[in-house]
Amino acid sequence: MTPVQLYVLAGVLLCGLGFAGFLLTSHLLRKLMAFNIMGSGTFLLLVGLAQPNNTPDPVPQALVLTGIVVALAATALALVLMRRWYHLSGRTDLQGGPGD
Amino acid sequence: MLALLIPGLLFTPLALAVLCLLVNFRIGRLFSWVGIIVQVLVALGLWATVADQGGLYYDLGGWAAPLGIELRVDGLAVTFVLLTAVVASAAALHAGAYLDPRKGYQSYFWPLLWFLWAGLNGVWLAGDLFNLYVGLELISLAAVGLVALGGEAPALRAALRYLYAALLGSLGYLLAVALVYGSYGTLSLSGIAELAADHPPAPLILVLAALGLALKTALFPLHFWLPAAHGIAKSPVSALLSALVVKASFYIMARLWLEMGEQAGSIWLAQGLGALGAAGVVVGSWQAFRQSRLKMVVAYSSVAQIGYLFLLFPLSWGVATTTAELAQQGITLHLISHALAKAAMFLAAGNLILAVGNPQVSALAGVSRFLPFSLFSFGLAAVSLMGLPPSGGFVAKWLLLQASLAAGQWWWIGVLLLGSLLSALYVFRIFRASFLETGSDDPFYHPPRSLEVIPMALAVMAIGLGFVANLPLTVMALPVGGGVP
Repeated sequence: MTPVQLYVLAGVLLCGLGFAGFLLTSHLLRKLMAFNIMGSGTFLLLVGLAQPNNTPDPVPQALVLTGIVVALAATALALVLMRRWYHLSGRTDLQGGPGD
Repeated sequence: MLALLIPGLLFTPLALAVLCLLVNFRIGRLFSWVGIIVQVLVALGLWATVADQGGLYYDLGGWAAPLGIELRVDGLAVTFVLLTAVVASAAALHAGAYLDPRKGYQSYFWPLLWFLWAGLNGVWLAGDLFNLYVGLELISLAAVGLVALGGEAPALRAALRYLYAALLGSLGYLLAVALVYGSYGTLSLSGIAELAADHPPAPLILVLAALGLALKTALFPLHFWLPAAHGIAKSPVSALLSALVVKASFYIMARLWLEMGEQAGSIWLAQGLGALGAAGVVVGSWQAFRQSRLKMVVAYSSVAQIGYLFLLFPLSWGVATTTAELAQQGITLHLISHALAKAAMFLAAGNLILAVGNPQVSALAGVSRFLPFSLFSFGLAAVSLMGLPPSGGFVAKWLLLQASLAAGQWWWIGVLLLGSLLSALYVFRIFRASFLETGSDDPFYHPPRSLEVIPMALAVMAIGLGFVANLPLTVMALPVGGGVP
Protein backbone atom coordinates (compact mmCIF):
# COMPACT_ATOMS: atom_id res chain seq x y z
CA MET A 1 0.00 0.00 0.00
CA THR A 2 1.41 3.37 -1.01
CA PRO A 3 1.29 6.33 1.37
CA VAL A 4 -1.23 8.06 -0.88
CA GLN A 5 -3.61 5.12 -0.63
CA LEU A 6 -3.18 5.10 3.13
CA TYR A 7 -4.09 8.79 3.35
CA VAL A 8 -7.10 8.31 1.12
CA LEU A 9 -8.32 5.27 3.03
CA ALA A 10 -7.97 7.04 6.39
CA GLY A 11 -9.67 10.14 4.99
CA VAL A 12 -12.62 8.21 3.59
CA LEU A 13 -12.94 6.25 6.84
CA LEU A 14 -13.00 9.42 8.95
CA CYS A 15 -15.50 11.05 6.61
CA GLY A 16 -17.77 8.01 6.75
CA LEU A 17 -17.55 7.80 10.56
CA GLY A 18 -18.26 11.48 10.92
CA PHE A 19 -21.17 11.38 8.49
CA ALA A 20 -22.75 8.39 10.24
CA GLY A 21 -22.31 10.08 13.61
CA PHE A 22 -23.82 13.28 12.27
CA LEU A 23 -26.94 11.51 11.07
CA LEU A 24 -27.39 9.02 13.91
CA THR A 25 -26.89 11.17 17.00
CA SER A 26 -29.27 13.85 18.19
CA HIS A 27 -27.17 15.35 21.00
CA LEU A 28 -26.01 18.69 19.63
CA LEU A 29 -22.48 18.41 21.02
CA ARG A 30 -22.00 14.91 19.59
CA LYS A 31 -23.27 16.13 16.24
CA LEU A 32 -20.75 18.96 16.33
CA MET A 33 -17.91 16.55 17.12
CA ALA A 34 -19.03 14.28 14.29
CA PHE A 35 -18.88 17.30 12.00
CA ASN A 36 -15.32 18.00 13.15
CA ILE A 37 -14.27 14.38 12.52
CA MET A 38 -15.77 14.57 9.05
CA GLY A 39 -13.90 17.82 8.48
CA SER A 40 -10.61 16.20 9.51
CA GLY A 41 -11.25 13.38 7.05
CA THR A 42 -11.86 15.91 4.29
CA PHE A 43 -8.64 17.77 5.11
CA LEU A 44 -6.73 14.49 5.09
CA LEU A 45 -8.10 13.71 1.64
CA LEU A 46 -7.25 17.21 0.43
CA VAL A 47 -3.62 16.88 1.56
CA GLY A 48 -3.26 13.17 0.85
CA LEU A 49 -4.61 13.07 -2.68
CA ALA A 50 -2.37 15.82 -3.99
CA GLN A 51 1.08 14.21 -3.80
CA PRO A 52 2.50 13.91 -7.29
CA ASN A 53 5.60 11.65 -7.11
CA ASN A 54 5.17 11.35 -3.33
CA THR A 55 6.33 14.92 -2.70
CA PRO A 56 4.01 17.07 -0.62
CA ASP A 57 2.30 19.93 -2.48
CA PRO A 58 2.32 23.24 -0.54
CA VAL A 59 -0.96 24.57 -1.99
CA PRO A 60 -3.33 22.09 -0.28
CA GLN A 61 -1.45 22.62 2.99
CA ALA A 62 -2.31 26.31 2.77
CA LEU A 63 -5.89 25.43 1.87
CA VAL A 64 -6.26 23.10 4.84
CA LEU A 65 -4.90 25.80 7.13
CA THR A 66 -7.68 28.08 5.91
CA GLY A 67 -10.17 25.23 6.21
CA ILE A 68 -9.19 24.66 9.86
CA VAL A 69 -9.78 28.33 10.63
CA VAL A 70 -13.22 28.13 9.01
CA ALA A 71 -14.08 24.94 10.93
CA LEU A 72 -12.93 26.57 14.16
CA ALA A 73 -15.14 29.60 13.57
CA ALA A 74 -18.12 27.39 12.74
CA THR A 75 -17.53 25.26 15.85
CA ALA A 76 -17.32 28.33 18.07
CA LEU A 77 -20.56 29.72 16.64
CA ALA A 78 -22.33 26.38 17.11
CA LEU A 79 -21.12 26.18 20.74
CA VAL A 80 -22.40 29.68 21.52
CA LEU A 81 -25.83 28.96 19.99
CA MET A 82 -25.99 25.58 21.67
CA ARG A 83 -25.22 27.00 25.13
CA ARG A 84 -27.88 29.64 24.76
CA TRP A 85 -30.39 27.06 23.50
CA TYR A 86 -29.63 24.82 26.48
CA HIS A 87 -29.98 27.78 28.83
CA LEU A 88 -33.42 28.68 27.42
CA SER A 89 -34.92 25.26 26.79
CA GLY A 90 -32.96 22.90 29.04
CA ARG A 91 -32.51 20.51 26.14
CA THR A 92 -29.43 19.06 24.46
CA ASP A 93 -31.20 18.25 21.18
CA LEU A 94 -33.54 20.15 18.89
CA GLN A 95 -36.66 18.02 19.36
CA GLY A 96 -39.43 19.51 21.45
CA GLY A 97 -38.78 22.52 23.64
CA PRO A 98 -40.62 25.84 23.45
CA GLY A 99 -42.54 26.66 20.29
CA ASP A 100 -41.94 23.45 18.28
CA MET B 1 -10.18 52.59 -12.18
CA LEU B 2 -10.43 48.83 -11.56
CA ALA B 3 -7.83 49.12 -8.83
CA LEU B 4 -10.43 51.17 -6.95
CA LEU B 5 -13.56 49.25 -7.89
CA ILE B 6 -12.74 45.67 -6.97
CA PRO B 7 -11.11 46.29 -3.58
CA GLY B 8 -14.08 48.57 -2.95
CA LEU B 9 -16.37 45.58 -3.30
CA LEU B 10 -14.41 43.34 -0.93
CA PHE B 11 -12.51 45.65 1.39
CA THR B 12 -15.19 48.21 2.33
CA PRO B 13 -17.72 45.59 3.54
CA LEU B 14 -15.09 43.87 5.70
CA ALA B 15 -13.83 47.17 7.10
CA LEU B 16 -17.38 48.29 7.85
CA ALA B 17 -18.15 44.95 9.52
CA VAL B 18 -15.31 45.52 11.98
CA LEU B 19 -16.16 49.20 12.48
CA CYS B 20 -19.84 48.49 13.14
CA LEU B 21 -18.91 45.94 15.81
CA LEU B 22 -17.43 48.75 17.88
CA VAL B 23 -20.40 51.13 17.92
CA ASN B 24 -24.09 51.12 18.86
CA PHE B 25 -27.07 50.69 16.54
CA ARG B 26 -27.56 54.34 15.53
CA ILE B 27 -23.90 54.99 14.71
CA GLY B 28 -23.70 51.64 12.92
CA ARG B 29 -26.66 52.77 10.85
CA LEU B 30 -24.84 55.98 9.93
CA PHE B 31 -21.71 54.05 8.91
CA SER B 32 -23.86 51.65 6.92
CA TRP B 33 -25.57 54.45 4.98
CA VAL B 34 -22.14 55.60 3.82
CA GLY B 35 -21.23 52.00 3.00
CA ILE B 36 -24.41 51.51 0.99
CA ILE B 37 -23.64 54.55 -1.16
CA VAL B 38 -20.11 53.25 -1.77
CA GLN B 39 -21.34 49.75 -2.65
CA VAL B 40 -24.01 50.94 -5.08
CA LEU B 41 -21.61 53.32 -6.84
CA VAL B 42 -18.85 50.71 -7.07
CA ALA B 43 -21.22 47.99 -8.30
CA LEU B 44 -22.62 50.32 -10.96
CA GLY B 45 -19.11 51.35 -11.99
CA LEU B 46 -17.93 47.76 -12.33
CA TRP B 47 -21.06 46.76 -14.23
CA ALA B 48 -20.58 49.63 -16.69
CA THR B 49 -16.88 48.81 -17.09
CA VAL B 50 -17.58 45.17 -17.93
CA ALA B 51 -20.50 46.08 -20.21
CA ASP B 52 -18.14 48.40 -22.04
CA GLN B 53 -14.89 46.40 -22.18
CA GLY B 54 -15.90 42.82 -21.46
CA GLY B 55 -14.87 40.59 -18.59
CA LEU B 56 -11.36 40.28 -17.17
CA TYR B 57 -9.22 38.54 -14.58
CA TYR B 58 -7.90 40.50 -11.63
CA ASP B 59 -5.13 39.47 -9.24
CA LEU B 60 -6.07 40.70 -5.79
CA GLY B 61 -3.26 42.78 -4.27
CA GLY B 62 -1.07 42.04 -7.30
CA TRP B 63 -0.38 38.46 -6.11
CA ALA B 64 -0.78 35.87 -8.87
CA ALA B 65 -2.57 32.53 -8.37
CA PRO B 66 -2.12 29.94 -6.86
CA LEU B 67 -0.61 31.88 -3.96
CA GLY B 68 -2.77 34.96 -4.48
CA ILE B 69 -6.45 35.26 -5.20
CA GLU B 70 -7.49 35.57 -8.82
CA LEU B 71 -10.91 37.13 -9.37
CA ARG B 72 -12.97 36.42 -12.45
CA VAL B 73 -14.93 39.54 -13.32
CA ASP B 74 -17.26 38.50 -16.13
CA GLY B 75 -20.77 39.51 -17.16
CA LEU B 76 -22.55 37.04 -14.89
CA ALA B 77 -20.45 38.03 -11.87
CA VAL B 78 -21.06 41.79 -12.23
CA THR B 79 -24.77 41.20 -12.83
CA PHE B 80 -25.01 39.47 -9.45
CA VAL B 81 -22.78 42.06 -7.77
CA LEU B 82 -25.23 44.74 -8.91
CA LEU B 83 -28.24 42.66 -7.84
CA THR B 84 -26.66 42.21 -4.39
CA ALA B 85 -26.03 45.95 -4.12
CA VAL B 86 -29.69 46.69 -4.92
CA VAL B 87 -31.32 44.07 -2.69
CA ALA B 88 -28.94 44.37 0.26
CA SER B 89 -29.20 48.18 0.23
CA ALA B 90 -32.98 47.94 0.27
CA ALA B 91 -32.94 45.42 3.14
CA ALA B 92 -30.41 47.49 5.09
CA LEU B 93 -32.36 50.74 4.66
CA HIS B 94 -35.53 48.92 5.71
CA ALA B 95 -33.77 47.40 8.73
CA GLY B 96 -32.55 50.84 9.80
CA ALA B 97 -36.16 51.89 10.37
CA TYR B 98 -37.63 48.47 11.20
CA LEU B 99 -35.32 47.23 13.97
CA ASP B 100 -35.71 48.70 17.42
CA PRO B 101 -32.51 50.60 18.40
CA ARG B 102 -33.39 50.33 22.10
CA LYS B 103 -32.70 46.59 22.08
CA GLY B 104 -28.95 46.30 22.47
CA TYR B 105 -28.45 43.12 20.48
CA GLN B 106 -29.92 44.72 17.34
CA SER B 107 -26.64 46.58 16.85
CA TYR B 108 -25.13 43.23 15.75
CA PHE B 109 -27.28 43.42 12.63
CA TRP B 110 -24.80 45.80 10.95
CA PRO B 111 -21.56 43.80 11.33
CA LEU B 112 -23.35 40.59 10.30
CA LEU B 113 -24.89 42.35 7.28
CA TRP B 114 -21.48 43.57 6.14
CA PHE B 115 -19.82 40.17 6.61
CA LEU B 116 -22.65 38.69 4.56
CA TRP B 117 -22.23 41.31 1.86
CA ALA B 118 -18.47 40.68 1.66
CA GLY B 119 -19.06 36.93 1.38
CA LEU B 120 -21.63 37.39 -1.39
CA ASN B 121 -19.35 39.66 -3.42
CA GLY B 122 -16.54 37.17 -2.83
CA VAL B 123 -18.59 34.28 -4.21
CA TRP B 124 -19.77 36.15 -7.30
CA LEU B 125 -16.23 37.22 -8.18
CA ALA B 126 -14.21 34.14 -7.13
CA GLY B 127 -12.24 32.53 -9.93
CA ASP B 128 -11.31 29.34 -8.10
CA LEU B 129 -13.01 26.61 -6.13
CA PHE B 130 -11.38 27.30 -2.79
CA ASN B 131 -12.30 30.97 -2.61
CA LEU B 132 -15.82 29.95 -3.49
CA TYR B 133 -15.68 27.72 -0.38
CA VAL B 134 -14.39 30.50 1.85
CA GLY B 135 -17.02 32.92 0.54
CA LEU B 136 -19.74 30.32 1.01
CA GLU B 137 -18.71 29.73 4.65
CA LEU B 138 -18.54 33.45 5.39
CA ILE B 139 -22.09 33.77 4.04
CA SER B 140 -23.36 30.80 6.07
CA LEU B 141 -21.86 31.94 9.36
CA ALA B 142 -23.16 35.50 8.93
CA ALA B 143 -26.59 34.25 7.85
CA VAL B 144 -26.89 31.93 10.87
CA GLY B 145 -25.94 34.82 13.13
CA LEU B 146 -28.64 36.97 11.53
CA VAL B 147 -31.30 34.28 12.04
CA ALA B 148 -30.37 33.98 15.72
CA LEU B 149 -30.38 37.79 16.16
CA GLY B 150 -33.48 37.88 18.39
CA GLY B 151 -32.04 35.29 20.78
CA GLU B 152 -35.42 33.67 21.59
CA ALA B 153 -35.62 29.87 21.74
CA PRO B 154 -37.48 29.28 18.42
CA ALA B 155 -35.00 31.52 16.58
CA LEU B 156 -32.12 29.62 18.16
CA ARG B 157 -33.56 26.28 17.14
CA ALA B 158 -34.00 27.49 13.54
CA ALA B 159 -30.47 28.92 13.56
CA LEU B 160 -28.93 25.68 14.88
CA ARG B 161 -30.78 23.58 12.29
CA TYR B 162 -29.67 25.98 9.60
CA LEU B 163 -26.06 25.95 10.84
CA TYR B 164 -25.84 22.14 10.88
CA ALA B 165 -27.38 21.82 7.41
CA ALA B 166 -25.04 24.51 6.08
CA LEU B 167 -21.94 22.88 7.62
CA LEU B 168 -22.79 19.47 6.18
CA GLY B 169 -23.43 21.01 2.78
CA SER B 170 -20.10 22.84 2.81
CA LEU B 171 -18.23 19.64 3.65
CA GLY B 172 -19.84 17.86 0.69
CA TYR B 173 -18.64 20.67 -1.53
CA LEU B 174 -15.16 20.66 0.06
CA LEU B 175 -14.85 16.91 -0.57
CA ALA B 176 -15.58 17.57 -4.24
CA VAL B 177 -12.90 20.28 -4.19
CA ALA B 178 -10.40 17.81 -2.70
CA LEU B 179 -11.15 15.32 -5.48
CA VAL B 180 -10.80 18.02 -8.16
CA TYR B 181 -7.43 19.15 -6.81
CA GLY B 182 -6.31 15.54 -6.48
CA SER B 183 -7.07 14.81 -10.11
CA TYR B 184 -6.12 18.11 -11.82
CA GLY B 185 -3.69 19.87 -9.47
CA THR B 186 -5.49 23.16 -10.02
CA LEU B 187 -8.48 24.91 -8.48
CA SER B 188 -8.99 27.66 -11.04
CA LEU B 189 -12.37 27.34 -12.76
CA SER B 190 -10.98 28.14 -16.19
CA GLY B 191 -8.04 25.74 -15.72
CA ILE B 192 -10.41 22.93 -14.77
CA ALA B 193 -12.58 23.59 -17.82
CA GLU B 194 -9.51 23.25 -20.08
CA LEU B 195 -8.25 20.06 -18.42
CA ALA B 196 -11.72 18.50 -18.21
CA ALA B 197 -12.04 18.58 -21.99
CA ASP B 198 -9.16 16.06 -22.32
CA HIS B 199 -9.43 14.14 -19.05
CA PRO B 200 -13.09 13.72 -18.07
CA PRO B 201 -13.55 14.24 -14.31
CA ALA B 202 -15.02 11.49 -12.12
CA PRO B 203 -18.83 11.67 -11.92
CA LEU B 204 -18.47 11.39 -8.13
CA ILE B 205 -17.10 14.96 -8.03
CA LEU B 206 -20.24 16.43 -9.49
CA VAL B 207 -22.53 14.21 -7.39
CA LEU B 208 -20.80 15.23 -4.12
CA ALA B 209 -20.85 18.91 -5.04
CA ALA B 210 -24.48 18.65 -6.15
CA LEU B 211 -25.54 17.00 -2.87
CA GLY B 212 -23.70 19.48 -0.69
CA LEU B 213 -24.83 22.55 -2.58
CA ALA B 214 -28.41 21.30 -2.99
CA LEU B 215 -28.58 21.03 0.81
CA LYS B 216 -27.43 24.65 1.09
CA THR B 217 -29.77 25.83 -1.67
CA ALA B 218 -32.71 23.99 -0.01
CA LEU B 219 -33.61 21.81 -2.99
CA PHE B 220 -36.57 19.54 -2.18
CA PRO B 221 -36.36 17.22 -0.15
CA LEU B 222 -33.35 18.87 1.53
CA HIS B 223 -35.34 22.04 2.27
CA PHE B 224 -36.32 21.08 5.85
CA TRP B 225 -34.25 23.86 7.43
CA LEU B 226 -35.36 26.74 5.21
CA PRO B 227 -38.96 27.59 6.16
CA ALA B 228 -38.25 27.84 9.90
CA ALA B 229 -35.08 29.92 9.40
CA HIS B 230 -36.57 32.30 6.82
CA GLY B 231 -39.94 32.47 8.56
CA ILE B 232 -38.64 33.28 12.02
CA ALA B 233 -35.89 35.78 11.16
CA LYS B 234 -36.63 39.52 11.24
CA SER B 235 -38.20 40.62 7.94
CA PRO B 236 -35.15 42.44 6.49
CA VAL B 237 -33.06 39.36 7.33
CA SER B 238 -35.59 37.03 5.66
CA ALA B 239 -35.40 39.24 2.59
CA LEU B 240 -31.61 38.92 2.47
CA LEU B 241 -31.69 35.16 3.03
CA SER B 242 -34.34 34.34 0.45
CA ALA B 243 -33.20 36.81 -2.18
CA LEU B 244 -29.44 36.35 -2.03
CA VAL B 245 -28.03 33.73 0.36
CA VAL B 246 -29.63 30.62 -1.17
CA LYS B 247 -28.65 31.91 -4.62
CA ALA B 248 -24.94 31.89 -3.76
CA SER B 249 -24.74 28.10 -3.42
CA PHE B 250 -26.86 27.68 -6.55
CA TYR B 251 -24.48 30.00 -8.41
CA ILE B 252 -21.51 27.78 -7.47
CA MET B 253 -23.41 24.68 -8.58
CA ALA B 254 -24.27 26.33 -11.90
CA ARG B 255 -20.66 27.45 -12.45
CA LEU B 256 -19.39 23.92 -11.80
CA TRP B 257 -22.03 22.46 -14.09
CA LEU B 258 -21.20 24.83 -16.93
CA GLU B 259 -17.46 24.16 -16.59
CA MET B 260 -17.51 20.38 -16.35
CA GLY B 261 -21.11 19.19 -16.60
CA GLU B 262 -20.57 18.21 -20.22
CA GLN B 263 -17.95 15.62 -19.20
CA ALA B 264 -18.81 14.62 -15.64
CA GLY B 265 -22.59 14.95 -15.83
CA SER B 266 -25.05 12.35 -17.03
CA ILE B 267 -28.63 12.34 -18.22
CA TRP B 268 -29.65 10.79 -14.88
CA LEU B 269 -28.03 13.52 -12.81
CA ALA B 270 -29.43 16.26 -15.05
CA GLN B 271 -32.97 14.90 -15.20
CA GLY B 272 -32.85 13.87 -11.53
CA LEU B 273 -31.95 17.39 -10.37
CA GLY B 274 -34.66 18.78 -12.65
CA ALA B 275 -37.24 16.34 -11.26
CA LEU B 276 -36.37 17.27 -7.65
CA GLY B 277 -36.69 20.92 -8.62
CA ALA B 278 -40.10 20.22 -10.14
CA ALA B 279 -41.18 18.33 -7.01
CA GLY B 280 -39.99 21.33 -4.98
CA VAL B 281 -42.17 23.66 -7.08
CA VAL B 282 -45.28 21.57 -6.42
CA VAL B 283 -44.68 20.64 -2.77
CA GLY B 284 -43.39 24.10 -1.80
CA SER B 285 -46.39 25.85 -3.36
CA TRP B 286 -48.84 23.45 -1.74
CA GLN B 287 -47.19 23.86 1.66
CA ALA B 288 -47.27 27.64 1.19
CA PHE B 289 -51.00 27.38 0.60
CA ARG B 290 -51.50 25.50 3.86
CA GLN B 291 -49.50 27.76 6.24
CA SER B 292 -51.37 29.83 8.77
CA ARG B 293 -48.63 32.42 9.37
CA LEU B 294 -47.98 35.05 6.71
CA LYS B 295 -44.19 34.81 6.71
CA MET B 296 -44.27 31.01 6.53
CA VAL B 297 -46.36 31.35 3.34
CA VAL B 298 -43.62 33.52 1.85
CA ALA B 299 -40.87 31.18 3.11
CA TYR B 300 -42.46 28.07 1.54
CA SER B 301 -42.95 30.08 -1.63
CA SER B 302 -39.15 30.36 -1.69
CA VAL B 303 -38.84 26.56 -1.63
CA ALA B 304 -41.07 26.49 -4.72
CA GLN B 305 -39.24 29.27 -6.55
CA ILE B 306 -35.85 27.68 -5.83
CA GLY B 307 -37.18 24.55 -7.57
CA TYR B 308 -37.38 26.36 -10.91
CA LEU B 309 -33.66 27.14 -10.73
CA PHE B 310 -32.84 23.44 -10.97
CA LEU B 311 -34.43 23.20 -14.42
CA LEU B 312 -31.10 24.63 -15.59
CA PHE B 313 -29.50 21.18 -15.38
CA PRO B 314 -31.77 19.13 -17.69
CA LEU B 315 -32.23 22.06 -20.08
CA SER B 316 -28.51 22.61 -20.57
CA TRP B 317 -27.25 19.01 -20.75
CA GLY B 318 -26.96 17.24 -24.09
CA VAL B 319 -28.92 19.91 -25.99
CA ALA B 320 -27.98 22.34 -28.75
CA THR B 321 -25.82 25.31 -27.69
CA THR B 322 -28.57 27.82 -28.52
CA THR B 323 -31.03 25.89 -26.33
CA ALA B 324 -28.57 25.78 -23.44
CA GLU B 325 -28.04 29.54 -23.79
CA LEU B 326 -31.80 30.09 -23.75
CA ALA B 327 -32.06 28.03 -20.56
CA GLN B 328 -29.20 29.95 -18.93
CA GLN B 329 -30.83 33.26 -19.79
CA GLY B 330 -34.18 32.08 -18.44
CA ILE B 331 -32.67 30.83 -15.19
CA THR B 332 -30.59 33.96 -14.62
CA LEU B 333 -33.59 36.18 -15.24
CA HIS B 334 -35.69 34.03 -12.91
CA LEU B 335 -33.01 34.32 -10.24
CA ILE B 336 -32.90 38.12 -10.56
CA SER B 337 -36.66 38.63 -10.67
CA HIS B 338 -37.20 36.23 -7.76
CA ALA B 339 -34.55 38.04 -5.72
CA LEU B 340 -36.26 41.41 -6.28
CA ALA B 341 -39.82 40.11 -5.87
CA LYS B 342 -39.13 37.94 -2.83
CA ALA B 343 -37.20 40.66 -1.03
CA ALA B 344 -40.13 43.01 -1.74
CA MET B 345 -42.58 40.39 -0.50
CA PHE B 346 -40.76 39.71 2.78
CA LEU B 347 -40.36 43.42 3.50
CA ALA B 348 -44.03 44.06 2.66
CA ALA B 349 -45.05 41.10 4.83
CA GLY B 350 -42.96 42.57 7.65
CA ASN B 351 -44.81 45.88 7.29
CA LEU B 352 -48.19 44.14 7.28
CA ILE B 353 -47.33 42.16 10.42
CA LEU B 354 -46.08 45.35 12.07
CA ALA B 355 -49.36 47.05 11.15
CA VAL B 356 -51.76 44.36 12.36
CA GLY B 357 -49.55 43.25 15.24
CA ASN B 358 -50.19 39.57 14.53
CA PRO B 359 -48.29 37.09 12.32
CA GLN B 360 -51.38 35.09 11.26
CA VAL B 361 -52.86 35.33 7.76
CA SER B 362 -56.36 35.48 9.26
CA ALA B 363 -55.42 38.66 11.13
CA LEU B 364 -55.14 40.56 7.83
CA ALA B 365 -58.90 41.20 7.61
CA GLY B 366 -59.55 44.85 6.82
CA VAL B 367 -56.04 45.57 5.60
CA SER B 368 -57.12 46.30 2.01
CA ARG B 369 -59.25 49.19 3.19
CA PHE B 370 -56.92 50.84 5.68
CA LEU B 371 -53.45 49.88 4.44
CA PRO B 372 -53.78 49.64 0.67
CA PHE B 373 -50.21 50.79 0.04
CA SER B 374 -48.54 47.91 1.93
CA LEU B 375 -50.84 45.40 0.34
CA PHE B 376 -50.17 46.83 -3.11
CA SER B 377 -46.38 46.24 -2.81
CA PHE B 378 -47.12 42.67 -1.76
CA GLY B 379 -49.43 42.26 -4.76
CA LEU B 380 -46.96 43.70 -7.28
CA ALA B 381 -44.27 41.30 -6.04
CA ALA B 382 -46.77 38.46 -6.33
CA VAL B 383 -47.44 39.37 -9.97
CA SER B 384 -43.80 38.70 -10.77
CA LEU B 385 -43.72 35.49 -8.69
CA MET B 386 -46.77 34.14 -10.50
CA GLY B 387 -45.11 34.97 -13.81
CA LEU B 388 -47.83 37.26 -15.13
CA PRO B 389 -46.90 39.60 -17.99
CA PRO B 390 -45.22 42.07 -18.23
CA SER B 391 -43.09 41.21 -15.15
CA GLY B 392 -39.52 39.90 -15.06
CA GLY B 393 -40.90 36.57 -13.82
CA PHE B 394 -43.00 36.30 -16.97
CA VAL B 395 -40.06 36.85 -19.34
CA ALA B 396 -38.00 34.28 -17.38
CA LYS B 397 -40.75 31.64 -17.58
CA TRP B 398 -41.28 32.44 -21.25
CA LEU B 399 -37.58 31.80 -21.96
CA LEU B 400 -37.69 28.54 -19.98
CA LEU B 401 -40.80 27.48 -21.93
CA GLN B 402 -38.99 28.09 -25.21
CA ALA B 403 -35.93 26.21 -23.94
CA SER B 404 -38.09 23.21 -22.93
CA LEU B 405 -39.68 23.15 -26.39
CA ALA B 406 -36.34 23.50 -28.18
CA ALA B 407 -34.80 20.75 -26.04
CA GLY B 408 -37.75 18.44 -26.75
CA GLN B 409 -38.36 18.07 -22.98
CA TRP B 410 -42.04 18.98 -22.98
CA TRP B 411 -42.61 17.67 -19.44
CA TRP B 412 -41.07 20.79 -17.87
CA ILE B 413 -43.82 22.92 -19.50
CA GLY B 414 -46.36 21.21 -17.24
CA VAL B 415 -44.22 22.12 -14.22
CA LEU B 416 -44.02 25.77 -15.29
CA LEU B 417 -47.80 26.02 -15.74
CA LEU B 418 -48.67 24.12 -12.56
CA GLY B 419 -46.20 26.19 -10.56
CA SER B 420 -47.80 29.45 -11.72
CA LEU B 421 -51.29 28.18 -10.93
CA LEU B 422 -50.29 26.99 -7.46
CA SER B 423 -48.54 30.29 -6.67
CA ALA B 424 -51.74 32.12 -7.66
CA LEU B 425 -53.52 29.87 -5.16
CA TYR B 426 -51.43 30.86 -2.15
CA VAL B 427 -51.25 34.53 -3.13
CA PHE B 428 -55.01 34.86 -3.56
CA ARG B 429 -55.57 33.21 -0.22
CA ILE B 430 -53.75 36.14 1.36
CA PHE B 431 -55.76 38.64 -0.67
CA ARG B 432 -58.98 36.91 0.30
CA ALA B 433 -58.09 37.28 3.97
CA SER B 434 -57.14 40.93 3.57
CA PHE B 435 -60.29 41.92 1.64
CA LEU B 436 -62.64 40.83 4.41
CA GLU B 437 -64.42 43.85 5.89
CA THR B 438 -64.10 44.42 9.63
CA GLY B 439 -65.99 47.66 10.21
CA SER B 440 -65.44 51.35 9.74
CA ASP B 441 -62.83 51.87 12.47
CA ASP B 442 -59.15 51.74 11.57
CA PRO B 443 -57.55 49.48 14.22
CA PHE B 444 -54.11 49.35 12.59
CA TYR B 445 -50.75 50.89 13.32
CA HIS B 446 -49.53 52.74 10.20
CA PRO B 447 -45.85 52.07 9.44
CA PRO B 448 -43.79 55.14 8.47
CA ARG B 449 -43.57 56.02 4.77
CA SER B 450 -39.86 55.09 4.65
CA LEU B 451 -40.75 51.48 5.46
CA GLU B 452 -43.54 51.41 2.86
CA VAL B 453 -41.56 52.87 -0.01
CA ILE B 454 -38.73 50.30 0.00
CA PRO B 455 -40.71 47.12 -0.82
CA MET B 456 -42.66 49.14 -3.37
CA ALA B 457 -39.43 50.15 -5.13
CA LEU B 458 -38.20 46.55 -5.22
CA ALA B 459 -41.54 45.26 -6.54
CA VAL B 460 -41.58 47.93 -9.26
CA MET B 461 -38.06 46.83 -10.25
CA ALA B 462 -39.21 43.19 -10.47
CA ILE B 463 -42.03 44.24 -12.79
CA GLY B 464 -39.84 46.67 -14.75
CA LEU B 465 -37.29 43.95 -15.39
CA GLY B 466 -39.73 42.55 -17.93
CA PHE B 467 -39.42 45.71 -20.04
CA VAL B 468 -35.63 46.02 -19.98
CA ALA B 469 -34.73 42.31 -19.84
CA ASN B 470 -32.54 42.60 -22.92
CA LEU B 471 -29.89 44.75 -21.26
CA PRO B 472 -29.05 42.43 -18.32
CA LEU B 473 -29.29 39.43 -20.65
CA THR B 474 -26.69 40.91 -22.99
CA VAL B 475 -24.30 41.85 -20.19
CA MET B 476 -24.64 38.60 -18.20
CA ALA B 477 -23.51 36.58 -21.22
CA LEU B 478 -20.24 38.50 -21.58
CA PRO B 479 -17.28 36.16 -21.12
CA VAL B 480 -13.81 37.26 -20.06
CA GLY B 481 -12.63 39.59 -22.86
CA GLY B 482 -14.86 41.39 -25.40
CA GLY B 483 -17.54 43.97 -24.52
CA VAL B 484 -20.98 44.64 -25.98
CA PRO B 485 -20.42 44.98 -29.74
